Amino acid sequence: MNTHRLLCRIGDGFGKVFLFLVLFFLYVPIVVLALMSFNESMHYQLPFEFSTRWYVDLASNERLLTASFNSVMLALVNTVIATILGTMAAFAFARYRFRGRTILQLLLFPPITIPWLIIGVSMLVLFFWTGVGRGLHAMLLGHVALSLPYVIIVVGARLASFGPELEEAAASLGATPLQSFLRVSVPVMLPGMVAASLFAFAVSFDQFVISYFLAAPGISVLPVEIFSAIRKGFTPEVNAISTIMIVVSMSVFLIFARISKFGGER
Amino acid sequence: MRVETRRRWAITGLTGPAYLWLTVTIFLPLSAMLYFSFQKKGPFGKHTSEFTLKHYEAFFTKDYLQALTWRSLEMGFHTTALCLIIGFPAAYILAKRIKGRWREALFLLVVLPFWSNALVRIFSWTIVLRPDGFLDRAVHLVLPGIPPIDLTDSYAAIIIGLTHSYLPYMILTCYLSLQAIDDSLIEAARSMGARAHTILWRIILPLSIPGLAAGTVLIFVPVIGSFFEPKLLGGTQGAMIGTVIEEQFTVVSNWPLGGALSFILLAIILLILGVSSPFLKQHMRTS
Repeated sequence: MNTHRLLCRIGDGFGKVFLFLVLFFLYVPIVVLALMSFNESMHYQLPFEFSTRWYVDLASNERLLTASFNSVMLALVNTVIATILGTMAAFAFARYRFRGRTILQLLLFPPITIPWLIIGVSMLVLFFWTGVGRGLHAMLLGHVALSLPYVIIVVGARLASFGPELEEAAASLGATPLQSFLRVSVPVMLPGMVAASLFAFAVSFDQFVISYFLAAPGISVLPVEIFSAIRKGFTPEVNAISTIMIVVSMSVFLIFARISKFGGER
Repeated sequence: MRVETRRRWAITGLTGPAYLWLTVTIFLPLSAMLYFSFQKKGPFGKHTSEFTLKHYEAFFTKDYLQALTWRSLEMGFHTTALCLIIGFPAAYILAKRIKGRWREALFLLVVLPFWSNALVRIFSWTIVLRPDGFLDRAVHLVLPGIPPIDLTDSYAAIIIGLTHSYLPYMILTCYLSLQAIDDSLIEAARSMGARAHTILWRIILPLSIPGLAAGTVLIFVPVIGSFFEPKLLGGTQGAMIGTVIEEQFTVVSNWPLGGALSFILLAIILLILGVSSPFLKQHMRTS
């Protein structure tokens, strides 16, 4: 028994070291990226010399600033549309049993499982062919499509933990369906909706592949601009904007993590 | 009857907008691309319909397209295998060896990088792996005197970058499966004299198959369709079926060929899913 315990302890020690190495692997590139955005040298030369010049340069880089603005606006509009449409569908799935329900739910998987490359180029084909064209509106169409399945799943999970009793009570007390939806169902779904909207924001804000095929010359979003900057030969300015991007998306996720747990506890 | 009509209107009104949107942006585009993959020319200028199979034939007659598809599959296999080898033990340690608040915090740390832009993470690897970059310096600190390490534009760099991008998926799915295993089951086996490897092979692994399978699919499928990762990390070594498809649309403007190759890739993905699913299901039943 004692040898067993000793072996366990050695195993635990190895395990913790291993986990530490995995985390090291996951964070090294991100930390190096951020560090280099504060390094004076243009060519990532060491030794490290602290400087904020790349962030100062960034403030006057019209292209990247416009692309950042586009990215944020696109993500916000995407979030509003995807959250509203997705919540409506999730509500229907949770409260009604109807023919075709399973098929509709299965149809949520293609957008998640087909590689984005294939979805992106097929959108390009249709939008170009029909005259919808490329640009922010085309990207919005694509981003909402990718966000919808996630919103429906997240809000659906929230609704699954509540039976229809509250709404039935409201109806028996004389509430119209609309009243009961807005005054009873929406408050119940709210934590799920907030979590889903943060998720939708991240899906759009971090989306590169779809945007890459749907960006028009001169009208693009941050990841697309970053890609072309990398291809052209990058400078630490790209690191600076990338660092800001990472901080934004990680903060969104941390808020998401807090809220979705909050939603689960109630 | 009135209630029934009202119910139907409610269902249509609630699901209609979302599914109309998905139809216009997912299902119609796929159909349009399927149509053009059988057309002689893409939707440029005045389009006249002319049916042809030549874009699909191209895949079977041009050796380099098949070779690149194999290369993509290989890339998917290597990435998935690495994610399994690193991800499963990490998930196990996290789920079964670390308790309480630490576990929560570490779990959050593992999934957090996932919420950063995939492109930016690949970009950061080009900085780490460049000659005289972080990796080169770190290795020379430990082993001075060895030749400089330059992984720029190499297959190894692609695999490192992809493994980094997708590892959190594997840890996440395995963690969820492992967490669902009742500790008393393992205790019972141990008290009845089962050895560590017996517990691993007969209890832990069979019960984590759903997580392993989900992780494998979630990694393998996007990796074989990836294009910017091999492009940025592989350079001249980065030609894959994904990059060929991308270039048909962005560089050479041969949309019908790009469409045909996309559907061939999709067919391969479906084939792999189809072949593996009964095997995995059977596995689950026998365990």
